[in-house]
Amino acid sequence: MCGGSTGLKNAKQQHNAMEPILEVKTLTMDFGGLRALDSLDLAVYQNEIVALIGPNGAGKTTFFNCITGLFPPTKGEMLIAPPGKKPTKLNGLKPNIVTANGLARTFQNIRLFPNMTVLENVMIGRHCRLSSGILGAAFRNRATVLEEEKVVEESYAMLKKIGLDAFVNDFAKNLPYGAQRRLEIARAMATDPFLLLLDEPAAGMNLQETRELDELIVRIRDEEGISILLIEHDMKLVMSLSDRIFVVDYGKKIAQGTPAEIQNNPAVIKAYLGEEIDA
Amino acid sequence: MEYFLELFLSGLIRGSIYALIALGYTMVYGIIELINFAHGEIYMIGAFTALIVASVLTMLGWNQIAIILLASVVAVIYSSAYGYTVEKIAYQPLRGAPRLSALISAIGMSLFLQNYVLLAQTSDFMPFPSLIPEFKFMESYEHIISSPEIVILATTTLVMIFLAFLIKFTRMGKAMRATAQDREMAMLVGVDVDRIISFTFIIGSATAALGGVLIASHIGQINFYIGFLAGIKAFVAAVLGGIGSIPGAVVGSLVLGWTESFFTGYVSSDYEDVFAFLFLVFILIFRPSGIMGRAETEKV
Amino acid sequence: MFLTFPIMVIKVNTIENIVVWRWKNLFIVGIGVFLLSFVWRYLIKRKEVGKKKAEAGELVKPPITQRVLKEPKFYIPALIAVAVFAIAFPFVFSMYQTNIMVTALIYVVISLGLNIVVGLAGLLDLGYVAFYAVGAYTYALLNYHFGLGFWTVLPIGAAMGFLFGVLLGFPVLRLRGDYLAIVTLGFGEIIRLILENWNEFSFGPSGIANIPRPGLFGIQMSLHSSIIYLYFLMIGLTLFTIFVVNRLQDSRIGRAWIALREDEIACQAMGIDKTKTKLTAFALGATWAGMGGVVFAAKTTFINPASFTIWESIIILCVVVIGGMGSIIGVIIGALILILLPEYLRAFSEYRMLIFGAVLVVMMVFRPGGIISDVRRIYRFEERETTA
Ligand SMILES: Nc1ncnc2c1ncn2[C@@H]1O[C@H](COP(=O)(O)OP(=O)(O)O)[C@@H](O)[C@H]1O
Ligand SMILES: [Mg+2]
Repeated sequence: MCGGSTGLKNAKQQHNAMEPILEVKTLTMDFGGLRALDSLDLAVYQNEIVALIGPNGAGKTTFFNCITGLFPPTKGEMLIAPPGKKPTKLNGLKPNIVTANGLARTFQNIRLFPNMTVLENVMIGRHCRLSSGILGAAFRNRATVLEEEKVVEESYAMLKKIGLDAFVNDFAKNLPYGAQRRLEIARAMATDPFLLLLDEPAAGMNLQETRELDELIVRIRDEEGISILLIEHDMKLVMSLSDRIFVVDYGKKIAQGTPAEIQNNPAVIKAYLGEEIDA
Repeated sequence: MEYFLELFLSGLIRGSIYALIALGYTMVYGIIELINFAHGEIYMIGAFTALIVASVLTMLGWNQIAIILLASVVAVIYSSAYGYTVEKIAYQPLRGAPRLSALISAIGMSLFLQNYVLLAQTSDFMPFPSLIPEFKFMESYEHIISSPEIVILATTTLVMIFLAFLIKFTRMGKAMRATAQDREMAMLVGVDVDRIISFTFIIGSATAALGGVLIASHIGQINFYIGFLAGIKAFVAAVLGGIGSIPGAVVGSLVLGWTESFFTGYVSSDYEDVFAFLFLVFILIFRPSGIMGRAETEKV
Repeated sequence: MFLTFPIMVIKVNTIENIVVWRWKNLFIVGIGVFLLSFVWRYLIKRKEVGKKKAEAGELVKPPITQRVLKEPKFYIPALIAVAVFAIAFPFVFSMYQTNIMVTALIYVVISLGLNIVVGLAGLLDLGYVAFYAVGAYTYALLNYHFGLGFWTVLPIGAAMGFLFGVLLGFPVLRLRGDYLAIVTLGFGEIIRLILENWNEFSFGPSGIANIPRPGLFGIQMSLHSSIIYLYFLMIGLTLFTIFVVNRLQDSRIGRAWIALREDEIACQAMGIDKTKTKLTAFALGATWAGMGGVVFAAKTTFINPASFTIWESIIILCVVVIGGMGSIIGVIIGALILILLPEYLRAFSEYRMLIFGAVLVVMMVFRPGGIISDVRRIYRFEERETTA
């Protein structure tokens, strides 16, 4: 794997193991005649913040959709190795199993549950870590009641952490745009992931909101120990946050490296030429 | 072999009539994603209008060809007007509302129209004159296929060709396809979506009315309830073919017509409808988007 | 609206009969339609103004129904009034009225069951009546062949409903939206047609008669008292249903159902097993239909396939949507209105279905969310914050 070495050297965190926590090899995805992903290799190590960038339509979202089990890839291998657990192949797993294995994501076009409250949105995130069933719900045995109390507590704590506690009982659809994006992050975090996949988290945010997002992402990594893979068009944010950057164009990886390396890479400049590096 | 041919033809005819109704379902669904429950009622109203016009003209002593033409034309115009009105009243105010609400509105409309005809006319079956004349040149084939059946097949084929032409080549057809694919986008590039939707309802109602006239004169009796069963069958056909797809509606209808015909002919007529539905369930389980429907992965 | 106006007047032309010309009708309907079209246009305008206000960010008062629901001052007396009314009902009103009320309560129960499927989980089920039929025939047949009593069969009927829910749900639940609707419709019809044609099993269209009413420790009851008994039994079953559905709604499973309704993809991505969640909703809804079916058979003492047509499914669906999907109180009100209204409209007997259809349309056009739209549970944290 040529992927990690540069990132490893300058990453300030300690890597417990040299194994990547997410490793994708020759991932290919065809939509009819269109090759959205073309033999893509990518690896993420623990405690890293990695960015995936590229022009619109490059296949970034498709990449997320493949590793989270929404689309079955045409070809390629996807592996995760959650810290302290044994590696698992992602190929063929259903989306909910992928999430249960510790990968959580947000969506480029916000996909909250609009007619549920903010708290309930986060509680849904906890779903896969809970166990009570129908009978428990109907008869409210002790275990169910305790579990229910705990999930409310935990979800509320999560909202506080992300700074959304003022909205607890509001319907998700009534939140301001920036808050909706943050709620998506809170909901994903509630699933207890080891790797968080963020699809354009800053899209549509103003400067102030973007700055707060920057801090939030760093905090998630530093305080929760969750690694992050993010797709983003805001170059300022990407350059300041990321330990390493992957650049894709037409489904192919055209470059990878540290922010400094990427900024001076001629292939990257060429891919973005004509298309503005938009915010 | 003779028997097989007979079943084949009767299936073909059934299928053609289903197709005339199914087209309306599929076009409406393609554009506003609504199961237009009132569509069967439009078909029934078409049949009734034709019946009324025909009876009046017969009393006035017109000749048969003139009667059938005029009755069909009036039925088509009438049903189109109904289709248009139904859409304006029951569906247009519900754009953007939850889809189930529009569905209930459609069900309400269907109930209303059924009972409206029931009250205004009668609850009994009414004999329907066989409007379609027997052709001289057909006499020698009479034991295989009758003149009315030929007329049904010919009309259906013509309507299909006309529709295909309309949708492929006219401006209206292009706008329809655009609206079906992405309503918002169509609106942005200047398509008058409301007009397209009205137009779709009018075309769908017109073909359904033709179906109504044809089948009523073929079977020979109608009542206020015929729309419901025919509507359901046609909808099954549309889904079978892949709802939203126009060739799908035709294929689905023919497949359903043949299935029913052969099953009735060779197995049992008691379980004809059971079999039709089971068949649908099986097809959908193995091809969840119908025979001709595209398997779409939702963009995320 | 002006465009449709001439058409609506011409509409009345269909009113002529084969020989009889009824110009008078044309005149009446013409005037009626003319007036109605004005009212209609006025209402549509009002609705649009309301929408614009909401979009402009002006504060729209929450609808009165929701304010009443949230305010204990209002709902506690209301609850007491309802309870008193419910208990007094069979003693104040005639047997005939009580009987209608029992029917209405059966609909409340099965509609609450369908509410799980459609209102909470968002699965459009047009063949729900099949499970109702399963329950009814379970009682009728078990009683006919083995002489089993009502109380024995009630849980069996529920279990049969559940079983059929799983069996039918399993193959079809991966279909999306409208395909699911038509396949469930198909299954509903299949079951009815089988009941109609398989004479040796179900006695065909002539049905099964002499099904006993529910007994109470073998005491012989007069017709009147057995109806009162049935009434209270239904009140009990209704309360039980409300109790369970209410708890389910705010449980882990209930939340998963709603999330599934809101956004299937996001739901899966949050770790919810789509198939399993759908199946539990579907089967649980069927369970209630099964129970309702048993009571129905016991109430009418006679069943035949004609009671289980697709219209029945559609009416139950209308109850759920009109009441307000996902809202228990909404569904109860919806069931009472939709079942009692046609009964009391008997005065206009021939027009009642016409009016019913029109009401459905008007209702949806002006209140597409139903009588009471989704109200979610409020969690309070103030106290905890001060202690923490
Ligand atoms: N479900 C789908 N069906 C067909 N084509 C798709 C689908 N999803 C994405 N594509 C195509 O794949 C390409 C990559 O899209 P995407 O991954 O969304 O790009 P981006 O890098 O902007 O996130 C685009 O050309 C897009 O049209
Ligand atoms: Mg994207």
